Amino acid sequence: METTIINILSGLRPEFDFSEDVDFMEEGMLDSFDIVNLVTALDTEYGISIDGMDILPTNFSSVSKIVALLQKNGVKS
Amino acid sequence: MNLKFRHKKITGILTILPENEVKFEDEMDQYNFSPAKSLKLKMAMGYNTHRVAKEGVCASDLCIRGLDYLFEKKLLDKNEIDALILVTQSPDYFMPPTSNVIQGHFGLKQDMICMDINQGCAGFIIGLFQAFMLLEQDEINKVVLLNADVLSPKVSKRDRNSNPLIGDAASVTIVEKSDDSGIIFGNLKMDGTGFDALIIPAGGSRLPASADTAQLHEDAAGNFRSLNHLVMKGDEVFNFVQREVPPMIEQLLSTAGCSREDVDFYMFHQPNKFMLNKLADKLGVPREKMPSNIVENFGNASGVSIPTAIGFNLGTRLTRESLLICLAGFGVGLTWASILIRLENLDFNEIINY
Repeated sequence: METTIINILSGLRPEFDFSEDVDFMEEGMLDSFDIVNLVTALDTEYGISIDGMDILPTNFSSVSKIVALLQKNGVKS
Repeated sequence: MNLKFRHKKITGILTILPENEVKFEDEMDQYNFSPAKSLKLKMAMGYNTHRVAKEGVCASDLCIRGLDYLFEKKLLDKNEIDALILVTQSPDYFMPPTSNVIQGHFGLKQDMICMDINQGCAGFIIGLFQAFMLLEQDEINKVVLLNADVLSPKVSKRDRNSNPLIGDAASVTIVEKSDDSGIIFGNLKMDGTGFDALIIPAGGSRLPASADTAQLHEDAAGNFRSLNHLVMKGDEVFNFVQREVPPMIEQLLSTAGCSREDVDFYMFHQPNKFMLNKLADKLGVPREKMPSNIVENFGNASGVSIPTAIGFNLGTRLTRESLLICLAGFGVGLTWASILIRLENLDFNEIINY
């Protein structure tokens, strides 16, 4: 799952290395429009609809946070 | 706040759109996006074509075009209008009320009430509530509800948050007394602590427009706008909508004793496709029952987006069918409001150009 997420993130913002252990939001690697595109891509990839209440910047600040978000929304690891 | 109304009905809805279409692709280079990102956002948010009034066109012009059309087609008799409500955030003047200007233009009778209401995204619902309340009066039998906004001049062309979405439009909705005793259910909430989530900071009394307020500034996301322009805290508005709207709809349906499946269509305010799809999923409503195609075809014209959605998606069906429809508006104020109403056998449900 982590590899898929990193591939999607890299497709959105190819100028950044999303395998680094940094806060994607604090580092300015993702903005709110990237999150819209990311949620759309994750919904399609995993056949889910991430709950709108969960679309908060803090849930997209790292790959592990995104994994936790997907699991909360029904994706099995 | 739960509201109930009896013996009221909507008998016609007309939407008026400026003929001038602006394509997202023609504006992409104004924004701080890569082309690839822009095209992804186009799909997710519904950026495509929006209707923008030509310079000098005001809210009253669109309303007058709509009323002229109805008078000419004999779909509305000017002598029968007992109340004229205009919901707008872009009045022709600070004073007088634009509804009075429209009354004067047509020489409508003096024995009537004109009122402007400053409301936005929930403006269609708020306007209907006001119309229903006026119809409680013995001498008021027919209310013309006008929703109109020409906000495109108030949005910076270099603001990627707002400019691709904004649309100008007006609607005319006829609301009358009815013999039908069916109940129209409503729900309304407001939270003024969020007043600055959607705001035009300058131009009023708090901060008069000046050369200083007209200066463009770049925000953290690379948008350029001045204090005279509309600014939207997109993240806050999104979270507010996802948090507050689903429980409001559940409460509305519960009060009415309806299931989600009983409702034929959910005609909601049209902020963008992504937000509406998330609302539909959260409510467990099939996306085809909650159309999200107004931003991509016409833009978001604030309080006019619901009548536009009804006109575009249901058209003449509503002149011969009976459909149970849930309406919901949410945004500036902050305000969120909903109505469960049966729309049937309307005299008209159309969209025309200005």
